[in-house]
Amino acid sequence: MRINTYRKQANRRQTEGPSPIFSYCSDPSLLTSLPWLSCYLTTGKHLLFYQSFATVLILLAVTAPAALVFGFGGATLARARFLPLRLVGKTYISAVRGVPDIAFFLFFVIALDQGFEWLRHQALCPDWNEPIRQGNDFVVCAAAKLPLGTAPQYVHEIYGFFTAVLTFAIVFGAFAANVLYGAMRAVPQAQIETAQAYGMRPAQVFWRILVPQMWVYALPGLSNLWMVLIKATPLLFLLGVEDIVYWARELGGTKQAKFSDYPHGDWRMQYFLFLLVFYLAFTKLSEAVLERVMKRLTHGQGTLGAPS
Amino acid sequence: MKKLILTTAALALTAGISFAETIRMGTEGAYPPYNFVNDAGEVDGFERELGDELCARAMLTCEWVVNDWDSIIPNLVSGNYDTIIAGMSITAERDEVIDFTQNYTQPDPSAYMALSADVDLSSAVIAAQANTIQASFVAASGATLVEFATPEETVAAVKNGEADAVLADKAYLTPVAEGDADLVLLAQQELIGGGVGMGLRESDAELRGKFDAAISSMKADGSLNALIAKWGIGEQF
Repeated sequence: MRINTYRKQANRRQTEGPSPIFSYCSDPSLLTSLPWLSCYLTTGKHLLFYQSFATVLILLAVTAPAALVFGFGGATLARARFLPLRLVGKTYISAVRGVPDIAFFLFFVIALDQGFEWLRHQALCPDWNEPIRQGNDFVVCAAAKLPLGTAPQYVHEIYGFFTAVLTFAIVFGAFAANVLYGAMRAVPQAQIETAQAYGMRPAQVFWRILVPQMWVYALPGLSNLWMVLIKATPLLFLLGVEDIVYWARELGGTKQAKFSDYPHGDWRMQYFLFLLVFYLAFTKLSEAVLERVMKRLTHGQGTLGAPS
Repeated sequence: MKKLILTTAALALTAGISFAETIRMGTEGAYPPYNFVNDAGEVDGFERELGDELCARAMLTCEWVVNDWDSIIPNLVSGNYDTIIAGMSITAERDEVIDFTQNYTQPDPSAYMALSADVDLSSAVIAAQANTIQASFVAASGATLVEFATPEETVAAVKNGEADAVLADKAYLTPVAEGDADLVLLAQQELIGGGVGMGLRESDAELRGKFDAAISSMKADGSLNALIAKWGIGEQF
């Protein structure tokens, strides 16, 4: 679902356009410096650019917990006593970590999308007799399309967003699983044995002793992953979500007077500089927050990260 | 009787569906005057106007979708949108993978643009957008080819000296050269490509028929020529 979409219906004409935010923006060619800039920075295109920051932040806010769930599941499976479960966990961790992100994002999402459509096709159109693969084409019945071809634009956008979250969660979940797996093993064996000596069942040992104590070992690795995840968001465009890097490139590109009310040269450098500042500020903020979390987790513990 | 009612209901239902058919139109949004994203963040240009008119004539509801040029054919084939309307020239190579409607522009000669008029094209480094007829032409001619993902980058490569000249559709380069005093169009032009058409999945013959008919009717009443003149897309029909 690598699609980028525009809210507009075909039957509306360009010429009307949405009215500008400031009344003096109706003829930008007469303006100079500050008024011009204020009009330029509030065009519909720039508003979409600002919206894409929200998209990226929401994606991070949803993906991080989802990836943690995948990671926790993967790590738990990898420690399972039952061999097939253990194999599933270990295969997930090593297979996903071994595939380059970009290949995963290109191949997996199309496969995932087609997989969903194939399943729906089997369920919804049992009497369809044409082949699904026709030469190069992937053809399912109209009712099995995901989202439906007739669905409004925002449904397509939300669907694209969720495939993005799912893909990010699977990829980063594998890395998180590896970190958590290591963290679970780092909890001192004596703690586990003591719990067993108190007569706790394996589930109790796991939830009451192992899990609360492992976070402090996991946090340095997880904070690394968080930083990598922040920087991986430009991959969103591959998944059809218009992210901040897409818009920065589009807005920064040369604009000719014929096709834009705000003609300018190649401003990609300025836009990317702005993104650089944004990313640096955001990672700096994350570092500060993570440090506080670390302090809280190590409070009263003589383990790593504790103030000596 | 029951059967009859059911059939009528089914007929009414399918008729309703086909009437409200939504067609998703895939474009690049980075190739003025053919297609670009305007100040309001919407798809605009020759193909936007043309596509809206074609959809109106074919009684279809159309939605516009922007997609990278590089993956524009794979995403059509896997069904993420239903047509490509992105200044795509009809070539035998592409025709093996997808189907085209009849051409809605005349074959537009491709032009070279450089920093000075005396570039020796036989030994020059030439920039072109990847997966275009221009890129295949340069590759076949034996000149040194540098490829870029977007049209914008091919022009930037000439301006910063990475390439000596850029080869692209004349309709795209003309406004660029007019807007920038440093850049000039060279006299030499290449007649490549067979005109621009809409791309559709090979399994979608019915939709192709509708658009073909709509293009024919626009050719017949002169409205296509008016659009071509308005946006400066080469020769008229």
